Amino acid sequence: MASISPLAIDIQHMGFHYPGNRDMFSDLNLQITKGARFGLFGPNGAGKTTLISLMTGLLSADQGNIKLLGREVGRQNKSMNRLFGFVPQDFSFYQELSPAENLEFFGAWCGLDKQTIKTRTGELLRILGLEEVRDRQVQKFSGGMKRRVNLAIGVIHNPSVLFLDEPTVGVDVQTRHAIISYLMELNKNGTTLIYTSHQLIEAERLCEDVALIDNGKIMAHGDLDSLLAEYKEESLEHLFLRLTGKDYRNDV
Amino acid sequence: MFKLSATIRKDMRILLRDKVGIALMFIMPVILVLVVTSIQSSTFQLINKNKLPVLIYNRDTGQAGRQLITTINKIGLFKVSEIKNVQTEQAMVDAMHRHDAMLGVVIPANFSVKVSAKSKSIAGKALTSFGLQGDTVKQAGDVDPLTVYYNPVLQESLRLSVEGGLRSALQLVESRETLRSLYFSINERQLPEKLENEMLNNKTAINEIAVSKEGIHHTPNATQHNVPAWTIFAMFFVVMSLGGSVVREKTSGSFMRLKTLPTSFMVGLLSKQVTYLCVTILQAAVIFSIGIWLFPFFGLAALNLPSDFAALAVVTIATGWCAVSYAMCVAVFSKTHEQSNGFGAISIVILSSIGGLMVPSFAMQGFLRSVANLSPMHWCLQAYYSLFLEGGGLKDVINNIIPLVIITLLLQAVTILGLKAKKLI
Repeated sequence: MASISPLAIDIQHMGFHYPGNRDMFSDLNLQITKGARFGLFGPNGAGKTTLISLMTGLLSADQGNIKLLGREVGRQNKSMNRLFGFVPQDFSFYQELSPAENLEFFGAWCGLDKQTIKTRTGELLRILGLEEVRDRQVQKFSGGMKRRVNLAIGVIHNPSVLFLDEPTVGVDVQTRHAIISYLMELNKNGTTLIYTSHQLIEAERLCEDVALIDNGKIMAHGDLDSLLAEYKEESLEHLFLRLTGKDYRNDV
Repeated sequence: MFKLSATIRKDMRILLRDKVGIALMFIMPVILVLVVTSIQSSTFQLINKNKLPVLIYNRDTGQAGRQLITTINKIGLFKVSEIKNVQTEQAMVDAMHRHDAMLGVVIPANFSVKVSAKSKSIAGKALTSFGLQGDTVKQAGDVDPLTVYYNPVLQESLRLSVEGGLRSALQLVESRETLRSLYFSINERQLPEKLENEMLNNKTAINEIAVSKEGIHHTPNATQHNVPAWTIFAMFFVVMSLGGSVVREKTSGSFMRLKTLPTSFMVGLLSKQVTYLCVTILQAAVIFSIGIWLFPFFGLAALNLPSDFAALAVVTIATGWCAVSYAMCVAVFSKTHEQSNGFGAISIVILSSIGGLMVPSFAMQGFLRSVANLSPMHWCLQAYYSLFLEGGGLKDVINNIIPLVIITLLLQAVTILGLKAKKLI
């Protein structure tokens, strides 16, 4: 009987480069425990999105291996994609459809049956305050409402691990509060959160475990309070600037 | 199966909410078929009913010139008007503009004298060759040419028809003169009019019968030719909508999310094929219905559907499938909307040209006729013509369906290879 991994993500000696470019990652190791609220931070071009793409199987590592809940990540292993959810930074749904129609479609692609989709759609639209607009086309929604639809689609199948790429960018305070509260609730119920953002104050509230990366290298990784104590910094933002510098970053 | 049905529902919903896209897919082809058929029908009527307006300036003062005008009139192709005192080419062109004539014919001065001299010469040679003593044979010069001015909008095929008509009129006039000279030389009296008419007036009728299969006769007309041809064109133009849909999906954020889900993108492609195959079949049904019920209200001949409905369904589905496969192939290799729309639209026009939709492939030169076989639209058109014009059935279109399906399968294979190369599946 296979042992149950205590890790949500286990990256061992991973190397990756984009064709024609220098190594993005070289011999990278990173472990994220199951049930963690993990924050991945770094300046533009540091490799956050690439690392998430590698963890979700959108990209394939050149060397080493990446395991998600003990199973190898890769494009050939589509069935394991049921284990995680992904909330990209872009609005990743069909604007011509309503929230309910989007959830029906993405739910089906997550492998859910009709009845489960119906139940989950009702729950999510109620929790995220979209019940009244469930049958209206999303393209007429405000940015905040679209963010909530984006999140609802990412969690329709109750994933064990949830990747969030700047899930609150461009939203008002109320929507940010609602989204963060919902994510905390999900985490309480056992979902591992893997989160990236430039909103460091929000990140401090949400994340207990953080990693700072720059130029494809992990500069610091650990419990947020311990890291602040170790580097004698009062906030994540100060720690961020100390480790990554104050120069502009041009991400071309 | 639930994944596929949910995806088809999603694609159908998106399609139905794109009002402009629907207009492009249904209303524009109907307008196209209506306009092209009307124009071709007008051309047909111009020749067969309205007659082609022609101005004749007769600079000849003799009998042959008059006879030529009478003969041209009798051809039935022209509506003849005579004008006087035209001295220059520009004056003839101006007269054509004033009279709105497509053609102007100038009969040269001394036409009768030259025709008579040529006839006597030929009659003399003929009598000599018969061993009879005719008049002294004088070598006659050539008759001066007729000058024909034409409006540049006249198509070459029409001009060739006109030239053929004028040549037959000239031949008749010259033959009459020769016959008269011959008769006079032998009998020393005029050729009796009755005999002349019997000898020269061709009473042999020409019956035109369209070659059809199984004895079904529908007189070919602009509707029977144009509706199937432009229906194919409209179906292949689905590249604009389907290509755009696939490219939009590829470049949108939703595609990145789809790639992280436990479902192959092949389900998405299959759904699009099913959805847009339905669209192409519906397009054909709408255009055929317009041809049957609406065309008569525009003074056009109604479309006659083939008697073999099963064959019609098979050809329509095969055409639709090929059109959808072509659109998918274009979309997979296009990075932007502009690429898929630009390449898609232009390539469809090229494929329709070499496929015989614009110029019949039998009228093409040898090399182009071989190239036509590479266009899927050629096989679609041949199959439809076999049904709509020749009254054929399923067994008659199999030879067209097989290459069409082969091309479709090749397009599907290229699409899948393209997706694999781009790591999309």
